Amino acid sequence: MKSAVITFPGINRERDMMLALEATTGHKAISVWHTEATLPDVDLVVVPGGFSYGDYLRCGAIAARSPIMQDIRAKALKGLKVLGVCNGFQIITEAGLLPGVLVRNAALKFVCREVKLEIENNQTFFTNKMAKGQIVSCPVAHGEGNYLCDAETLQALEGEGRVVFRYAEGTNPNGATNDIAGIVSASGNVIGMMPHPENMIEAIHGKMDCRPLFEGLLAA
Amino acid sequence: MKHAAEPAITPEIVKAHGLKPDEYQRFLDLLGRTPTMTELGICSAMWNEHCSYKSSKKHLKKLPTTGERVLIGPGENAGVIDIDDGQAIIFKMESHNHPSFIEPYQGSATGVGGILRDVFTMGARPIAALNALRFGSPDHPKTRHLVSGVVAGVGGYGNSFGVPTIGGEVNFHESYNGNILVNAMAVGIADTDKIFLSKAKGVGLPVVYLGAKTGRDGIHGATMASAEFDNKADEKRPTVQVGDPFTEKCLLEACLELMASGAVIAIQDMGAAGLTSSAVEMGAKGDLGIELDLDMVPCREENMSAYEMMLSESQERMLMVLRPELEKQAEAIFHKWGLDFAIIGKTTNTLRFIIKHQGEVKADLPIKQMGDEAPEYDRPWVEPKKLALLTNVPAPADLKAAIIKIIGSPDMCSRRWVWEQYDSLIGSNTAQIPGGDAGVVRVGYNKAIAVSTDVTPRYVQADPYEGGKQAVAETWRNLTCVGAEPIAITDNLNFGNPEKPEIMGQIVFALRGIDAACRALDYPVVSGNVSLYNETNGKAILPTPAIGGVGLLKDLSKMTTKHFKSVGDAILLVGGHGTHLGQSIYLREILGREEGAPPPVDLATEKKNGDFVRNLINHSQVTAVHDISDGGLVTTVIEMALPTSLGATIDALSHEHLFSEDQARYVLTCKHTEAAKIITQAHVAGVDIIRIGTVTTDPTLAIGKTEIAVAELRTSHEGWFPNYMAS
Repeated sequence: MKSAVITFPGINRERDMMLALEATTGHKAISVWHTEATLPDVDLVVVPGGFSYGDYLRCGAIAARSPIMQDIRAKALKGLKVLGVCNGFQIITEAGLLPGVLVRNAALKFVCREVKLEIENNQTFFTNKMAKGQIVSCPVAHGEGNYLCDAETLQALEGEGRVVFRYAEGTNPNGATNDIAGIVSASGNVIGMMPHPENMIEAIHGKMDCRPLFEGLLAA
Repeated sequence: MKHAAEPAITPEIVKAHGLKPDEYQRFLDLLGRTPTMTELGICSAMWNEHCSYKSSKKHLKKLPTTGERVLIGPGENAGVIDIDDGQAIIFKMESHNHPSFIEPYQGSATGVGGILRDVFTMGARPIAALNALRFGSPDHPKTRHLVSGVVAGVGGYGNSFGVPTIGGEVNFHESYNGNILVNAMAVGIADTDKIFLSKAKGVGLPVVYLGAKTGRDGIHGATMASAEFDNKADEKRPTVQVGDPFTEKCLLEACLELMASGAVIAIQDMGAAGLTSSAVEMGAKGDLGIELDLDMVPCREENMSAYEMMLSESQERMLMVLRPELEKQAEAIFHKWGLDFAIIGKTTNTLRFIIKHQGEVKADLPIKQMGDEAPEYDRPWVEPKKLALLTNVPAPADLKAAIIKIIGSPDMCSRRWVWEQYDSLIGSNTAQIPGGDAGVVRVGYNKAIAVSTDVTPRYVQADPYEGGKQAVAETWRNLTCVGAEPIAITDNLNFGNPEKPEIMGQIVFALRGIDAACRALDYPVVSGNVSLYNETNGKAILPTPAIGGVGLLKDLSKMTTKHFKSVGDAILLVGGHGTHLGQSIYLREILGREEGAPPPVDLATEKKNGDFVRNLINHSQVTAVHDISDGGLVTTVIEMALPTSLGATIDALSHEHLFSEDQARYVLTCKHTEAAKIITQAHVAGVDIIRIGTVTTDPTLAIGKTEIAVAELRTSHEGWFPNYMAS
């Protein structure tokens, strides 16, 4: 499996993501700098977490307009798998690859803690090793993870089973609509999520709940 | 020399620059003429307390700074220790007290930014951050606002920069009402053979300005940091710097790339006193002169004068001496990261610090005298009075109520509200998040470092010598609790006005205590920072020498945590029962008294008990370890139960045994079957050990016949902070 991890100035979890991809799939990801005009030949593109451009203007807004995102958008339309995590989720929504927007946490504070996620859709390239309804632990670390969209979009997401991850057991850390933690595009090849599965994959992380997500990438 | 557009120097102007008449005379004698405004500014920046350590140097020199693992001790941007396998840990703690009181978000944010730069300017990638925060009384009208702003600022900078914040302290005391303390610590990792220093080498080499542009923010920040506050502190707001963690993250990556390219001869971050102190330091250390042309400095504001540029404390800037043949390559790296790269001067063989601006020489000073030959004082001090030991402290009327109150009191309750605002996980290497005895971060495959910051200011106030010892010993104990071998410390000495003999006495005796503990525990000081004049309207803070300790876990799989693991485990007390209730949390929270001598620290016992506990951990004989500190034995046992669904039954102990804060003590759990063996081992080692109870399946703390549901303790413990901040 060939994957690329995109780095924008201010992105800071690209190393965590590279480590997780290699540790779980056995394949080293390619690091791609934002000024590149074209992606290398890969099966998966990951837009990792961080504070691209310092979250200035609006989180993800500046990165979404960088050269590499043009190519990612074009290839995603043709079916390339894209995973956006945390700031990556914000960037791909800003780039129009997923609907909705991530706004300031309801409590108006950055939050780093472990939450519970329910796997609502196990038919995606990132959840195919999980059981539907399975509940896993996963950390979050963000200040703007409160998912918001219009009623029509929400109805579509819910009706089409496109909510992939939902905060469970009352652990919604940010006030997200319908406890939405992660969604998938209608075409099924673009996933965005606020939590950080890359930080819960080995013994040192206390739990390894998110390891099967990455292992599922090999099967996809 | 022309003095165009600069005012004449008057005694008022000299005074406004924080120079005492005798210091100014020294400066005049050095120059043999009246200084220019720019020169006066440079002198005031270099000779203030913050940059020169003029009051504390004499006493700091006595501290032990060498050891088997010490690669670089105090005097550089940060201390460096060897952790085997060609790896080094670089760390330091520094205060940003005055700016944080005036503008809590930016003050604390730039405190974090400054200490991170100190670490990466030496070639290290930051892998952990900690912060020791002291606020005024919870009922003081400013406290809530300051807590909220400081915590948001610490998180805002560290989270965006991308360093895990893995520990720290938060305390409240009315002595900090007008002068909070924000002490930030950073820890980085580098290869032992790729450490960069500030000492310039080579004549005629380019001096390069790196990073963000220069503005008018922070002018005279270091001078402000060396003065007392009064009620007009708010007027100093314009001297607070503004932080940009995004630029700092880019600067980190650019500097590490630059260092790897081989282009760097010497590098120094622009911290306190900005361009002035970085340039003077590089030249003075290298026995070279530096000549700067300020027309080349990237500015973000128009018409900045030489004086302003030299004293600006704009953040996220570095100065370096460049290997000239690699200029193009170096410049390309900085442009890739969207940062400024400008050759602004050169090294010379004149030992002069020369500043040119718009074709004029604005300053021409002897560089050595500005840097490492700043004035030094032997300030008068008086020996602090010893307080009597406190005896016959009454028992609580209601033991259960007292315990619930203590565990939920401002200084003892959970700091979750604080540390959940810090990203503690970034890097994927965090093995222990805040809330335990020490933060732990993996370095390499199965190795880790542990870090803890500690000081008990009320002990230092009551007995500076014992309090100094205790601060060091507590970090040592906390590192031991997770199984780490303590290696070295950084000290952040926060005190009042050193011109007062009783404050100077606190400094002298606290340093003697720190010295004694460091020597006894083989735990040298490798870096530090001094923050004096922490007074408002003449009233000093509690003396607060915050200690940041770093230890090594050679085998991460042996790491212990504090929480109970399984039902039936034996609970053992190492170090015997305590008797000292003087200066205890019990005395203050339950009886409303802050009296008596603090518990003394017997360093030989401290070492013996700690080595014994660490040995048990290394042999996987224990299931949980937690030290005894604030709140005494009962607090320790409760904190071991709180993160679990388990409870404990312990003996019907007296209030003295439950609440005393005697030092060198630990509570540990082990398999029931292992207890007898451990007790025998302790007797052989000459360590006091007592089995005091058992871990139970019932989530209740039973002390003899007194029973308290762990849930009730948890509600009290977790409740205070969020309730306070929301009220």
